[in-house]
Amino acid sequence: MTVTEDRPTDTGAPKEIGRDRRRKEDQRLITGRTRWTDNIQLPGMLHLAMVRSPYAHARITRIDTTVAKQTPNVVAVLTGEDVKDEQGSLPNAWPITEDQKAPPHPAVAVDRVAFAGEIVAVVVARTAAEARDAAELVDVDYEELPAAVDLKQAAADAVLAHPDLGTNKSAFWQYDSATAGTGGAVDEAIEEARTNGVLIEREYRQQRLIPAFMEPRSVVSDPTGEQLTVWTATQVPHFVRFFIAVVLGVPESKVRVIAPDVGGGFGGKLQFTPEEAITVVASRRLGKPCKYTETRSESLMAAHHGRDQWQQLTLAATKDGTVTGLKVDLIADMGAYLGLVTSGIPILGAFMFNSIYKFAAYQFNCTNVFTNKTWTDAYRGAGRPEATFAIERLMDELAAELGVDPLEIREKNWIKHEEFPFSTVAGMEYDSGNYEAATAKAKELFGYDELRAEQRRRRDAGDPVQLGIGVSTFTEMCGLAPSRVLGNLRYAAGGWEHASVRMLATGKVEVVTGTSPHGQGHETAWSQIVADRLGVPFEDVEVLHGDTQIAHKGLDTYGSRSLTVGGEALVLAADKVIENAKPIAAHLLEASIEDIEFNDGKLSVRGTDRGMALGELALAAFAAHDLPDGVEPTLDAEATFDPVNFSFPHGTHLCAVEIDTETGGVTMRKYACVDDVGTIINPLIVEGQVHGGLLQGIAQALWEEAVHDDAGTLVSASFVDYLVPTAADTISFDVDHTTSPSTTNTLGTKGVGEAGTIASTPAVVNAVVDALRPFGVNDVRMPCTPERIWKAIHAHDGAQSGGAPTEGAAAPHFDEADTADRSAGTEGAEQ
Amino acid sequence: MIPARFEYAAPTTLEEALSALAEGGDDAKIMAGGQSLLPVLRMRLNTPDLVVDLGRIEALRGIRDDGDAIVVGATTTHAEVLDHPLVRENAFVITKAVEQLADPQVRHRGTFGGAVAHADPAGDLGAPCLALDAEFVVAGPGGTRTVAAEDFFVDLFTTAIEDGEILTEIRIPKRPGWGAHYEKFVRVAHQWPIVAVAAAVQVDGGTIREARVGLTNMGSTPLRARAVEDALVGQPATDAAVREAAAAAAAGTNPPSDLNGDADYRRHLATVLTRRAVLAAAGA
Repeated sequence: MTVTEDRPTDTGAPKEIGRDRRRKEDQRLITGRTRWTDNIQLPGMLHLAMVRSPYAHARITRIDTTVAKQTPNVVAVLTGEDVKDEQGSLPNAWPITEDQKAPPHPAVAVDRVAFAGEIVAVVVARTAAEARDAAELVDVDYEELPAAVDLKQAAADAVLAHPDLGTNKSAFWQYDSATAGTGGAVDEAIEEARTNGVLIEREYRQQRLIPAFMEPRSVVSDPTGEQLTVWTATQVPHFVRFFIAVVLGVPESKVRVIAPDVGGGFGGKLQFTPEEAITVVASRRLGKPCKYTETRSESLMAAHHGRDQWQQLTLAATKDGTVTGLKVDLIADMGAYLGLVTSGIPILGAFMFNSIYKFAAYQFNCTNVFTNKTWTDAYRGAGRPEATFAIERLMDELAAELGVDPLEIREKNWIKHEEFPFSTVAGMEYDSGNYEAATAKAKELFGYDELRAEQRRRRDAGDPVQLGIGVSTFTEMCGLAPSRVLGNLRYAAGGWEHASVRMLATGKVEVVTGTSPHGQGHETAWSQIVADRLGVPFEDVEVLHGDTQIAHKGLDTYGSRSLTVGGEALVLAADKVIENAKPIAAHLLEASIEDIEFNDGKLSVRGTDRGMALGELALAAFAAHDLPDGVEPTLDAEATFDPVNFSFPHGTHLCAVEIDTETGGVTMRKYACVDDVGTIINPLIVEGQVHGGLLQGIAQALWEEAVHDDAGTLVSASFVDYLVPTAADTISFDVDHTTSPSTTNTLGTKGVGEAGTIASTPAVVNAVVDALRPFGVNDVRMPCTPERIWKAIHAHDGAQSGGAPTEGAAAPHFDEADTADRSAGTEGAEQ
Repeated sequence: MIPARFEYAAPTTLEEALSALAEGGDDAKIMAGGQSLLPVLRMRLNTPDLVVDLGRIEALRGIRDDGDAIVVGATTTHAEVLDHPLVRENAFVITKAVEQLADPQVRHRGTFGGAVAHADPAGDLGAPCLALDAEFVVAGPGGTRTVAAEDFFVDLFTTAIEDGEILTEIRIPKRPGWGAHYEKFVRVAHQWPIVAVAAAVQVDGGTIREARVGLTNMGSTPLRARAVEDALVGQPATDAAVREAAAAAAAGTNPPSDLNGDADYRRHLATVLTRRAVLAAAGA
């Protein structure tokens, strides 16, 4: 064996970090010529189809599977009764309080269903079509029960989602700055403001959203062989392995979970699902590989939803605009069950309502409430978008109340850049940031002053098209998470991440990461990091992930953690590789170990031209013919990193919208944002994450809403009614950055995966409201539909045809019923 | 999702298609481009025993000149209609509507005949056809008959096509030189129109000689805004005159209420969009 390649050792090699490399994974992902779970075919594989409840709340009085079972090529029909002893209860990993209430969560309902879409029986057949046909023949009798649909009514226990619990309240959670010693008593600040200052009291609605990832969820379970092998379209293969063990009783060492290429998740695939559980149960019972792939309809109806809160907010300030306190009262809709982290999602917002500001007093209260709807759980931003929306809307309201520019009121209250690191009233320590710099840059990029001038002109002229300008100066917490913090929050797992670096004999490098990409571009970014760290070509780095037999340790991908936590593990492992190479290099170069230095992929004897490339040393270690005594024949290394703190990216987002006051239609005019996400590994990937994130947040502001009718049936049950935007619905964003490297990891990175989504929603709604202020409007409920906007404009004049405000249309809307009261019309929507 | 099992016939002539339909009886469905039918089948909202695919019948496809009318074969795709000079020159409002119909993928699969026969009141082609007094040629076991646009759209998803009949072509009277516009109001680009207005006007020296106005999604069928049309005749093509005429756009309509807006809001939209459509059509 000979070394056939020269390792690059020149010191002038361009650095990979900071290069806008095209993503190496994109060809296979975009063409679909890859291993999506549904592409996997195994000999003798059977297919599952689900029978789902059409009722939000009902008792199952009888299930007749006789006809379905007699259908050709149907192998089995399983009901909840059939599997109740082996299916266990699906996990909630985040009991936020000791006395949190939660119903049992069977994968297949046994005697009662608690949301429309819940699985009541499973058909297993030789083809997917036969399984679907037979599913139609399963005869289920239901005795319908009253359904808790409206969140506020549910919070008042008007109808019980789970009668056995005796209440719909799952838990109450509070953070109080006076109690925590991080600030004053908020009620005192409010009383003071009521008499001597300014009080902004608002109620906002975070509508229910659907993650709507591109690849529907799919799972294949193969029980043949010594180990159970499960492929699943998930963000969290390591979690799935753990829960197959603890929920279904398969020894963890006998379970291999593979997340092959996964087409998006947005938090929607951060779950151990009923479908995964029942597919495993069916395959083990039948001794054959089984596959289940959901339809889009099933995905919209039964995959977990996101957001869904009422937010009561009180902001206290002095007359000069200095905020003195913020009190937050949330009711958060859990839906029918507590999924993996359902109960903790609103709590993640607790640390972010104070955002970039210095508030003297703060109190956060959250009541988690059950309803008979699909359960909610992680969705891009998870808790932070809700918080950011609330505070950024309030800051605009405060500015309007005082008649000052919304950027001015923010600057008055934000943390100055020289004050970092900064301990916040919510108990966080912010690592770094420069709000002044990001805001100045964003104003220039946006043309803030010119647009304000145009806004005045249009107002003065009574232009039917009005301009609105919205501001959002956000921050968020990324890099879930320091394990001790998670422990204090009663989260069941830690927040570390693992990586290993393997030097192959041919000089190629295998990187194994415990993170689990599903579209983010980890293979490219991780290659760039390792290429720089080890001085090897970008192309020589292969990134392996998502298979618990290869990436045996990991806590997967969510919460903008992969780079800040997983990237740091990678750096630590790569550094250990170099340390492992040093004694071998010293031995082969006949030098003392202290004289060996590493530069650009080469270990050299200091002050000489003698050296060996890392690849040569990898081969030497592989051959092991001539190693120093007591040195292991390997350069490979692994590392597990547990962060000491979160990282806190921030940014200033400015949005201009044009409102057609005749129709209520909204047109995006300009969107400029300057995000500080710390050190950027790949600017192209960051820009992609920002663009996608922005549009997802804009979609909450303008388009998307999961709507249920009074009976608890999802009305927006297809993409005809659940309006996911496309590129045709948006504009070119002006994206730029400032860089305040994070101090919580070596690379200086902060998270970027959720930033755009968190920031953009309030920027857009603030812009809409800003355009409408001359009409006496101070809120429009999300999504800001043309109808709601038009009715808000005409809420006070009563002159227009249909101008009287109707429920859900105009602000303020303190006593209005939930959106569930808006039922579908007569349109034949499903064409 | 997977449709329920059905038999599939792909005849190459109209006669074969008619006999296949006759044999299929009540539970047969006709498929042209499949852009509406396939989602319905996949969601199992309809489970026909037989699907008769018209896609291989060459005679049903294409656009031709027939004296005072242009004739669009029922299985001509939207993309073909969009690009065709005969349509552009003689029935420009059709071109304008097809421009905004669904998305490029659908326009390359979906067909003109399929869309009108499906008769979704939110479909983009009904209002322009109605406005132009198009005629629908329907073949059946007993021969061929022609149905006026006024009589073609009967109700929600219901046309004058009887069981056993096939829409073969749409005849559109030529209106060369007329101005046209299709004003469509949506929240996202790929959405069905919340309301849309098709306007075709003949303007002579700044005066509107004749106007045709069709409304999309303002009732269970596409509708003609005849009050607006009448009021526009002889009026100058100015904002003030058109605004006044357009105020009657919602007269006699019965629009739906749904997630995108209630009936009152749609009535209001109809007046705004009608004004805009007529002004744009008149080049004002």
